[in-house]
Amino acid sequence: MFGFAIGDLTALLAIPVIGAGLLLLVPRHSSRALFSLALVAGAGNFLWSVKIFSAFDGSSGAMQFVERIPWMPSFGIEYIVGIDGISLFLVLLTTLLMPIAILASWSVKDKVKEYLIFMLLLETGMLGAFVALDLFLFYVFWEVMLVPMYFLIGVWGGTRRIYAALKFVIYTMAGSLLMLVGIIYLAARHAELEQVMTFDLLKLYGMHLTFDQQAWLFFVFALSFAIKVPLFPFHTWLPDAHVEAPTAGSVILAGVLLKLGTYGFLRFAMPLFPDAAAAAAPVIIALAVIGIIYGALVAMMQSDIKKLVAYSSVSHLGFVMLGLFAFNMQGVQGAIYQMINHGLSTGALFLLVGMIYDRRHTRLIDDFGGLWKQVQVFSAILLVVTLSSIGLPGLNGFIGEFLILLGAFNVTPIWTAAAASGVILGAIYMLWMYRRVIHGPLNNPANEKLQDLNAREIILLAPILFLIVLMGVYPQPFLQRMKPAVELTLKKITRVPAVPATNASAGSGESKPDGR
Amino acid sequence: MDVNLLPLLPAIQVLLTALVVLLRDLFIDEHKTKGFLAFISFIGIGLAAAETVALWGAQESAFNDAVMLDNFALFFSLIFLIAAALTILSSIHYVRQAGIHEGEFYALILFATVGMMLMAAANDLLVFFLGLETMSIAVYVLTGMWRSNRRSSEAAMKYFLMGAFATGFLLYGIALIYGATGSTNLNVIADFLLEQPADWPLYLVGGAFLLLIGFAFKVGAVPFHFWIPDVYDGAPTPVSGFMSVAVKAAAFAAWARILMHQLSPLDADWVFPLWIIAIGTMTLGNLLAIGQISVKRMLAYSSIAHAGYLLIGVVVGEEWGGLPLLFYLLTYAFMTVGAFAVLSCLAEADDPREGYRDFAGLGFKRPFLGLAMAVFMLSLAGFPPLAGFAGKFYIFRGAVLSGQLNLAVIGVLNSLLSVIYYLRVIVAMYMEEGGAEGKSFRQAPYVYIAIAIALAGTIYLGILPATALDLSRTAFSSLE
Repeated sequence: MFGFAIGDLTALLAIPVIGAGLLLLVPRHSSRALFSLALVAGAGNFLWSVKIFSAFDGSSGAMQFVERIPWMPSFGIEYIVGIDGISLFLVLLTTLLMPIAILASWSVKDKVKEYLIFMLLLETGMLGAFVALDLFLFYVFWEVMLVPMYFLIGVWGGTRRIYAALKFVIYTMAGSLLMLVGIIYLAARHAELEQVMTFDLLKLYGMHLTFDQQAWLFFVFALSFAIKVPLFPFHTWLPDAHVEAPTAGSVILAGVLLKLGTYGFLRFAMPLFPDAAAAAAPVIIALAVIGIIYGALVAMMQSDIKKLVAYSSVSHLGFVMLGLFAFNMQGVQGAIYQMINHGLSTGALFLLVGMIYDRRHTRLIDDFGGLWKQVQVFSAILLVVTLSSIGLPGLNGFIGEFLILLGAFNVTPIWTAAAASGVILGAIYMLWMYRRVIHGPLNNPANEKLQDLNAREIILLAPILFLIVLMGVYPQPFLQRMKPAVELTLKKITRVPAVPATNASAGSGESKPDGR
Repeated sequence: MDVNLLPLLPAIQVLLTALVVLLRDLFIDEHKTKGFLAFISFIGIGLAAAETVALWGAQESAFNDAVMLDNFALFFSLIFLIAAALTILSSIHYVRQAGIHEGEFYALILFATVGMMLMAAANDLLVFFLGLETMSIAVYVLTGMWRSNRRSSEAAMKYFLMGAFATGFLLYGIALIYGATGSTNLNVIADFLLEQPADWPLYLVGGAFLLLIGFAFKVGAVPFHFWIPDVYDGAPTPVSGFMSVAVKAAAFAAWARILMHQLSPLDADWVFPLWIIAIGTMTLGNLLAIGQISVKRMLAYSSIAHAGYLLIGVVVGEEWGGLPLLFYLLTYAFMTVGAFAVLSCLAEADDPREGYRDFAGLGFKRPFLGLAMAVFMLSLAGFPPLAGFAGKFYIFRGAVLSGQLNLAVIGVLNSLLSVIYYLRVIVAMYMEEGGAEGKSFRQAPYVYIAIAIALAGTIYLGILPATALDLSRTAFSSLE
């Protein structure tokens, strides 16, 4: 069952690129053919990832489907890809959201060809960052991703798109370029200690670094990831990018791109520099909780629905960070679960906002009200997604938030209590938004002719709704597959040898940040 | 005394080609097009490149060790030949339109190339000086060849005066070193430095410093960079690309062989000033590039900034900086010649079309030009997986490995600055409307070939740099 079938992950990365290449050959005026081709590539990649999922051995925490090809051998740079229980679900989330985002882009009329090419290239960039196990390769994908996103925001975005796109790139690069120096330094240290130049992540784990070295390396890695997450106070690029991006761009940005930040913490920053991570945990937990509450409060004050959803991301990602830095099984599992939840529910929210925007060309809450009477299907779906986003038991959001709070409470009860208030605030702003948009009298005559969702829109939302419910009532298959990989990662982070299962890892997590 | 012409074979090939072009030009009617001459030049360059490849691995010297035949010289010869070939391809249309005399133009490009090849092979300060002058005089003339354009003439005048000044520094330096060591041959000088460590007469160090200033001037390092924007801006666009790539590479070739390698015992004396020069060059180049409204001037300032990145390689020394320096120059050749070639596509006889505004909407009006320019800009800005990223990566890697972490950090922060202005070109091409009308882009097939080659090189060196890296390594380690 150990899937060393050569080429599976490479094929996963190649399918979108091949799709983009074929798109080049399609004449630019036949936009239906372009969309169909892109959709086939996106959906085909999803099916391929499902195939990987079904062949994945859930009982092992090790990297699977590992491929290793020398790239620049004399510099220790290799093409290494692999997948474990942590990246598996993020890969699935990416491949699922991509065809949905393409299907949701039907309203794009201008320069369709380039648009779809950038979408597919973006997919490869994101997937590559999730499966790369060589730091150099990871960095390449991490940066490659920026370019298509830059174009998506800058060309197909709203009125302030150029500003937002540049801000997005500069912010992200400011962090990542310093990380590049960190990566080189790490490899140089390894060469010094082991006489082998390598960027292989699995070999760099557990390398002996002094605390000072760890501290600055953790700082540059964490800065890069914190900007991506975004962790308060590095979040200011996010509302601009989200508001200006086209709908599909927002879906991918919120659904997948932000997860790369939290994934980066879990895969790189924390296990590579465990001592520094432990020392920094109080600060990061504090920033995460501030982000939770701040994001919620700012979201509450927004008059633009898209901005509201954007700020809610700051709040939700704060939960993910809190869970990660609890350093225990529940916290980390909950964090991964919440990454997927956020991808689904926020993705769906952006899709819904986009659908209503396509009809009314406004996103201001005040322009709506009483939509229930006019668009029942839309209102019903928005309700489910809203409830998922605020963590109603029975839907996916609850499981993630609950696990995170459980894990974090063991470590830092006070901050966790503060974070829990974020759950309440989340319910307030989301439900308040829902009430103002959907309930009340239908006062605005412009809304009287509003069309309900069409078949295409319902079809593209259906898989998300299905997963929202499935992950809410039956989390076991997801959590089970994550567990071995999380255990393995936690072992590296806490560096207590031979930790047996959950109890002990929770115990060791307990002693870490508080025993500073 | 042995007369071994083998080390000079590619240079002689190019020289003969230049003479053939000049002579053949006399017999072509003034009013006819002279694309044939470009073809001859091209054949000559191709033959020289083939000879260079065939000689790869040879290790010989000639004229009493005054000229070396080693992989280092051959590697640089290849860079010069690639740059010259791409420049000629992208000039065919441009010179015709600008009314520049074609025969002389191609011949001067070839003469300049001969000078550069001599510089890279020179193991004697006087031979180096001869090569430098051969190159410089040809390039002075090339700069001013667009005689109907006042800026071109101004640029040539300025370049000539500044260049003559820098030449003065170099000659003084050579004279002082000769006075101290009794020879202009670098092997002898190197032996002298090794035999009497640390007790050198002050004027020897002074001579080395004057040499350093001369080099700094030629590569356009701060504070000797003032001529670059005006000269690059005024010169015919393909010539600007040629200067930015080949002249800079030639200067760095001599710098690497003479200062980094043969005079390396003096390292301790100049490493700190050079450290400051490197940082100043990157930072000032990038900061000034941000404010430009002309893409051509922006590229001029950006070439100053890139000289700064290259200087990191010089500062960290032979062991860690040599390979990255060579590799970077190779990557830089493709993307920069490509960028200038795209720029030259837009030019009109009456309107140079060099502003950001002229690029507006290009990405959708001329998808190939837009795509190519976008790739060159992203590569110059250092986005993976393009050549520019690979080049920077190895430069910064060298800095980290040699313990100069601060240089790496300053370098990446400068990369960030450069993103601002490189992306502005992309903003104009893809995110703004208007700009030049479609009809003004004439058919110029050769330029497109040049751009396609540069594009392929930029992508290839970014994704599969292993071969080129090995070449750079063997090239630098062939220095004796």
